[in-house]
Amino acid sequence: MASTPRPEVQRPLSPHLQVYRPQLTSVLSITHRATGVANALLSLGLVWWLLALMAGPGAYARFTAFFGSVVGQVLLVAATFSLMYHLCNGVRHLFWDTGKGLDIATAYRSGYAVIAGSLLLTVAIWAYVLMGGAA
Amino acid sequence: MSLRNPLARARGHGSAKEGVHHWWMQRLSAIALFFLLPWHIGLFIELGGSDFQVVRAVVADPLNASLLALFVIALFQHARLGLQVVIEDYVGTRATEVALHVLTRFVYLAATVASLLAIIVLAVRAG
Repeated sequence: MASTPRPEVQRPLSPHLQVYRPQLTSVLSITHRATGVANALLSLGLVWWLLALMAGPGAYARFTAFFGSVVGQVLLVAATFSLMYHLCNGVRHLFWDTGKGLDIATAYRSGYAVIAGSLLLTVAIWAYVLMGGAA
Repeated sequence: MSLRNPLARARGHGSAKEGVHHWWMQRLSAIALFFLLPWHIGLFIELGGSDFQVVRAVVADPLNASLLALFVIALFQHARLGLQVVIEDYVGTRATEVALHVLTRFVYLAATVASLLAIIVLAVRAG
């Protein structure tokens, strides 16, 4: 028996990302996810730190040698920004969860505040570290 | 018109059968991390460049060890829940998706256990 053809339904298509001009709100949104994934991966470094600390001075020296290297230092600066961004934008998300700040004007203002806040915090942390706060 | 059974609606557990549990846990861990992350960064800055014995003693301090334990629990739970959503949204192949769910679940559980073990060993050794 031949199957009866289904009526043609004009179903909505998923929007193609390419046709959208990037906007502050959408860029910040995907950056929240990207930094979240980066933070999730980088957080595993914490396990290395704790296990090295438990294992002994040799293992701990290898840990500090890696994060003292150029690659390690660049990674730490990037991680600082990634964490600060996710922290600031996370607060923005928590406000949204209460139903506040969802209008476009406020979403843009809080978006700029997140960019400024995360950059300032990153610079402040590393300025403090480099000016001998860590010594 | 709703196609949903009134009882299912009343229970509010949705199609995933767990209601808002994932959403709520993600927020709870976020609020915990709002406080614990700055504390942890402060600890790292304070410890930067210190030698092994000093770092070990600071981590073994009961208050620091407790806060560190809370931090790793909240951090790895938040990371795992976040990665879960990203995998659900962007991985199109069901088999790959399930494999990644299993992998992230195992990796972050292992990370939590390893971290807590290390913290406890360090605290007990010093005590």
